[in-house]
Amino acid sequence: MSTRTIQDQKNLRKLNQASRHGIGASPLRPDGTLKVKGEFAYSSDLWHEDMLWGMALRSPHPRATILSVDVSEALKTPGVHAVLTHEDIPGSKFYGLEIADQPALAIDKVRYHGEAIAIVAADHPETARRAVRKIKVEYRVLTPITTEEQCLHPETYGYVHEPQEYKSHAHGNICHEQRLVCGLGVTDEVRAMADVIVRGEYEVGMQDQAFLGPESGLAVPAEDGGVDLYVATQWLHVDRQQIAPVLGLPEEKVRLTLAGVGGAFGGREDLSMQIHACLLALRTGRPVKIVYSRDESFFGHVHRHPARLTYEHGATRDGKLVYSDARIVLDGGAYASASPAVVGNAASLGNGPYVIPNVRMHALALYSNNPSCGAMRGFGAVQAAFGYESQMDKLAAALDMDPVEFRRLNAMAEGDLMPTGQRIDAPAPVAELLRRVKDMPLPPPLDPTDPDIRTLPGARSNTSHGEGIVRGVGYSVGIKNVGFSEGFDDYSTARVRLEVIGGEPVAMVHTAMAEVGQGGITVHAQIARTELGVEQVTIHPANTEIGSAGSTSASRQTYMTGGAVKLAAEAVKQELIARGRRRYGWTQHDIELADGKVVSRSAGVLVPMVELLGDGAIELTREHHHRPTQPFDPQTGQGFGHVQYSFCANRAVVDVDVELGLVKVVELTAVQDVGKALNPLAVIGQIQGGCTQALGLAVMEEIIIRDGEVRNASFTDYLIPTILDTPPIPVEILELPDPNAPYGLRGVGEAPTVSATPSIVAAIRQATGIALNRIPVRPEHLTGTL
Amino acid sequence: MEFLRPAGWDEALAAKAECPTALPISGGTDVMVEINFDVHRPAALLDLNRVTELAEWTIEDGVVRLGAAVPYARIIEELSGPLPGLALAAHTVGSPQIRNRGTVGGNLGAASPAGDSHPPLLAAGRDVAVEVASRARGTRLIPIDDFYLGVKRNALAPDELIRRVHVPVADGPQQFSKIGTRNAMVIAVAAFGLALHPRNRTVGTGIGSAAPTPRRAVEAEEYLRGVLEEQRLWESGAPLGSEVVQRFGELVRAAAAPIDDVRGTADYRRHTLSVMARRTLTWCWNDYGKQIRSAA
Ligand SMILES: Cc1cc2nc3c(=O)[nH]c(=O)nc-3n(C[C@H](O)[C@H](O)[C@H](O)COP(=O)(O)OP(=O)(O)OC[C@H]3O[C@@H](n4cnc5c(N)ncnc54)[C@H](O)[C@@H]3O)c2cc1C
Repeated sequence: MSTRTIQDQKNLRKLNQASRHGIGASPLRPDGTLKVKGEFAYSSDLWHEDMLWGMALRSPHPRATILSVDVSEALKTPGVHAVLTHEDIPGSKFYGLEIADQPALAIDKVRYHGEAIAIVAADHPETARRAVRKIKVEYRVLTPITTEEQCLHPETYGYVHEPQEYKSHAHGNICHEQRLVCGLGVTDEVRAMADVIVRGEYEVGMQDQAFLGPESGLAVPAEDGGVDLYVATQWLHVDRQQIAPVLGLPEEKVRLTLAGVGGAFGGREDLSMQIHACLLALRTGRPVKIVYSRDESFFGHVHRHPARLTYEHGATRDGKLVYSDARIVLDGGAYASASPAVVGNAASLGNGPYVIPNVRMHALALYSNNPSCGAMRGFGAVQAAFGYESQMDKLAAALDMDPVEFRRLNAMAEGDLMPTGQRIDAPAPVAELLRRVKDMPLPPPLDPTDPDIRTLPGARSNTSHGEGIVRGVGYSVGIKNVGFSEGFDDYSTARVRLEVIGGEPVAMVHTAMAEVGQGGITVHAQIARTELGVEQVTIHPANTEIGSAGSTSASRQTYMTGGAVKLAAEAVKQELIARGRRRYGWTQHDIELADGKVVSRSAGVLVPMVELLGDGAIELTREHHHRPTQPFDPQTGQGFGHVQYSFCANRAVVDVDVELGLVKVVELTAVQDVGKALNPLAVIGQIQGGCTQALGLAVMEEIIIRDGEVRNASFTDYLIPTILDTPPIPVEILELPDPNAPYGLRGVGEAPTVSATPSIVAAIRQATGIALNRIPVRPEHLTGTL
Repeated sequence: MEFLRPAGWDEALAAKAECPTALPISGGTDVMVEINFDVHRPAALLDLNRVTELAEWTIEDGVVRLGAAVPYARIIEELSGPLPGLALAAHTVGSPQIRNRGTVGGNLGAASPAGDSHPPLLAAGRDVAVEVASRARGTRLIPIDDFYLGVKRNALAPDELIRRVHVPVADGPQQFSKIGTRNAMVIAVAAFGLALHPRNRTVGTGIGSAAPTPRRAVEAEEYLRGVLEEQRLWESGAPLGSEVVQRFGELVRAAAAPIDDVRGTADYRRHTLSVMARRTLTWCWNDYGKQIRSAA
């Protein structure tokens, strides 16, 4: 086992020297400096001669019947080139990630606040905006279906989608559900085996991905009747799969190229402006650009599912978990988006990284007239972790045990069974992560005599000079699946070309992977360097000329597309060596590529790669498939459902101003097993970023909705952590290789988002003694002023 | 949209007289946000950035004459001594970028109940006044107590511009506290400014974000003034009784008329006002006591 603790730059530099710019080193991201300096070209910077601006009219009502839409005034506005409604859609009118239940433009009814009804193309954004205002829509406003109670009683409150409208197996207002039973389930006999039983009800608010680059792109009509779309997205090919049918075009006539992405976090898995821009471009014959404003962005993408969770756990007196009984209700909003997968994760991961002999679980996603919810970093697992980790603390308290020791006692390990019956066949160092996070040094206590107010809750707002401040410490651990699950054959494609350019061997890597800021292109270059022994690597723009790279989500890209790059590079390497064998008759079996040369460990340098390559480039394409998985049985939840698991443990130290209910997270420590850190700096960045997003969910981030209406569609009122809210995040990395994964690596990006939130809430509970059962924790919860 | 760029104060007044609907723009940190969000589309923008007089401050006869366009960053840098309350408030405004651009003139122009300049200006005393001018009627001073008329409404006439604010140099300790649900870059959920005025033996307060306009806690001011007078505490600087601090907090709380909104509940706002009032009073009084003792 190797571990690294990387807390400062000096250590990092040492690591970087280990190997030059191949895997295991930390070369800097090519986009990093540009982004910091404001010079990176984002999708919102796209420009085309002669282009028009597209804009959508959105519903002010969460639920209404559309009686009429009159676009005549809008069409008459000078400078307006097209105004389209669903009637103008040439192909299929619906799309969706998993279930095609969302109309590209509303048809006769709207199901959520902000649903697009009509789109305008004009020669100036201002003109487009004015024209949008001139579209007259007559609504019959209906009472929105927004609560669990309302959703589950459609006879009384109505249907979000009328029964004949369903595109899935849904029924009532249930979009998707998954049950799971393992061991004996939960019966009176099972309950009787427990000495201690704790119950809890928990609630998770609606978090937003809050990426900074608004949805944007440019659609350019092509001579062949098709369209070229430049867009910020997470998965080019699945976008195309959904766009083409609506345009009534074959997929090959819809060509996508990735434009600069300003963050994603799941919020770009669903389509936003793509279809609208293409429809307008094809209608007007002009390039059409769409850029959402910040408030439109809040309506233009899905959010994290809010959830209500009920847990009951039983344990023996000596601290062994006996059973878990859970129900997780996720509000999926108006359209399905990724709800089925979110439900699958909640059900299969919702008992945490613990060995629990008897489990009963029911997870479901509802259709409602709230905003649609779908993918966001750690989905399904994030909501559940707040529930089960709160329960672990409660159980430990009921048993008078140390919460970390209690968790360690029940921690799952390699060889154990998940509640789904899947045996964990790779390292699962849950107890070890907990031990290490607990052993990390604690930050010094607050100096009450002369505190630096910038470090206190409220900071420069000058609310405390030390008064009312109480410190708390909390721990948690979480589990996340890596990759797409439940039988989905999720593959990635990579093309690697090796050739001589300017007297040097140069590798070119081409994939359709969406670089959304995760550092994928940096890692691809590292892999090519390591496999091919070259220094120069160029990354081809990501587009649909090559096969799919799958989604930049589910912590999967380094595993999947990184794995594809590795396969393609290995194939190129073998081809080059084979060429050498043919040409020079080499017989050695220890031939490698290093430093631009073909070398044999026994015979030394055989030939410079430049010479062997000559004018003949080698270019090969490979697909990387992960091992097959199976769907979960709908009733029992049993099945080999997940590709890989990843684990992270956290410790949070908080200072709470208990009188004002203000919180400052003082430190948030993370220990995570990453299998192999391909780029340690990027890995730390992912873990720190994941922790920060989890911090946001713990103490401030929530889309506030009343009766289906979004109340805070702005960064003035949707608060995300600033640097003064973001504490030092010491990270310890374990590298226990997963034998099934390329280089033994483990997806990194989501596990800390799953685990960090509950540790912060636990710390606040410790400081205040208040049983907090809802996140984000608001000052009102801490001061009894809700 | 027309863009007017007067080169000096007189030209600015002339432009405003000719085109009263022209929207003045100083730092632009409110104006540009509203334009971006399409809240309104003024017929013209009147850019005050070339009017250099507006970016100056002077001290005359113990009064700071703070140009409308002096940004917060400079108030922190240059005026923490004479205007400690305002400087503390300036520290809490937005981010470094906003503090480099945003101005007190703009805060007064916007007249948002959540503007952070208002509580310290109210607390600084009844002599605080906003100097405004029009080409037609020349200059007038609007006492700060008459300046805020309603939510985002102030006492400016359509042809007037804000020239500067007159604020007496602090003659005693001043404090400012602001509540927000994150630790920087946050619009006040509630705010409180307090100033002790040993010279005329008065107390000044200002409440932000907890009523349709910024306002004083008049009864709290009067109560504390009375206690300080009766117990001869201005002379002694002796510690305040905890019941005095408590009562002061309650009166500040009672002076607010907050609402529930996405930023916080009315109950929470009231609660925090009482806490902020108690804490700021304690800090101010401790400082005052130290001054008295070191002078003795
Ligand atoms: C990210 C961000 C964070 C913010 N945070 C805070 C905060 O924490 N606290 C806070 O109080 N505010 C905050 N604001 C709001 C804003 O920064 C302040 O109100 C600032 O004081 C406005 O000053 P300005 O010079 O930029 O005003 P401008 O935007 O130029 O003008 C504001 C208003 O005043 C009028 N005006 C300006 N100058 C004059 C003049 N000389 N005569 C007459 N009218 C005039 C304008 O017409 C306009 O109506 C924030 C804004 C942003 C964008």
